[in-house]
Amino acid sequence: MATQSTSAEEGSNPAPSLFELYLGFAQISVSAFGGALPWARRILVERRKWMEPEDFASTLALCQFLPGPNIVNLSIAFGNRLHGWRGALAAIVGLMAAPVVIILILGSLYLRFGQIGNLRGMFAALAAAAGGLIVATAAQMAIPLIRKTPVTAIPIIVAGFVLAGLLRWPLPAVMAVLAPIGLLLAWRGRA
Amino acid sequence: MKGGVLTTLAFQCSMLALLAFGGGVNTVVPELQRQAVDVHHWMDARTFSDLFAIAQASPGPNMLIVCLVGLKAAGLTGALVATLAACVPTCLLTFVVSGFWDRIRNSPWRPVVQGGVAPVAVGLISASAFLISKSADHAPLLILITLAAAAFCYFTKRNPLWALGAAALLGLTGVVS
Repeated sequence: MATQSTSAEEGSNPAPSLFELYLGFAQISVSAFGGALPWARRILVERRKWMEPEDFASTLALCQFLPGPNIVNLSIAFGNRLHGWRGALAAIVGLMAAPVVIILILGSLYLRFGQIGNLRGMFAALAAAAGGLIVATAAQMAIPLIRKTPVTAIPIIVAGFVLAGLLRWPLPAVMAVLAPIGLLLAWRGRA
Repeated sequence: MKGGVLTTLAFQCSMLALLAFGGGVNTVVPELQRQAVDVHHWMDARTFSDLFAIAQASPGPNMLIVCLVGLKAAGLTGALVATLAACVPTCLLTFVVSGFWDRIRNSPWRPVVQGGVAPVAVGLISASAFLISKSADHAPLLILITLAAAAFCYFTKRNPLWALGAAALLGLTGVVS
């Protein structure tokens, strides 16, 4: 699994220039409603053919391993591989510029007009639905984990929910308590 | 005073981004809400849930909720400071690690780390779901909207934007407030 220069060697399109990189990630960012990763795959692998599927999967594994949003990490890792720090910069600026402008406009409109008449109702319903989206995300992530390793997964999931959601512990404290236990259980489960 | 808010925003957003393991921004929503609502009183819990919804309904990384928190706390400067603070440290880390990823990706501790943080992340995301829904659902119909949106996203592979759009239209008719 060569990852260093696959896109140039294995019959896919030639490596994109800095400007193409910028445009590619800008296209991902404005298409990416409700989760950017499916769009990243569609655009990087299927449409522009800059990455092989296996290459995309292994780069994504890196991005999921590191903290921060996966799509942000993906733009940095991919841009860096093609053009060093300038590539990383081109990709991240492409990814962030349009969404930041759009969200600032929407946020300003909300802060100015959000309490007026039916807009109040619109934002209330939107927030309720957004809550539902995370309920679904939590369930989609929890169920396979609980099926695979119920004895270790359930206590940690419950503890994380109680400490962060009910007792409102600061996140560093929650991580300091639960991460070592999670790692220990994962290490023992492996052996 | 404003300088104090910007420093706090910068510190909190960088720290949160660096602690966002295994599930992106949803794992740090409980802490972001705690800081913005309980600790610094930049907004009430309902406004936080509204801003979260706007970030979900907008294109781009959901992490941009920090941009809106910054906007509410300290205006446009606050928004830019929060966004940069959330991006720069994790981007630098990725930049450095992606250079030698091939060497560590087959090491035996990698699945251990991933397996170890996964249930912690799920617990934190469950807490996010609870906190956002709790402060959003202040009427019975809103609880139904949350449940319907959850069921739609869980049982279908359709874009979650459909659920958000349907909810927004329903809200515009004035039946929920």
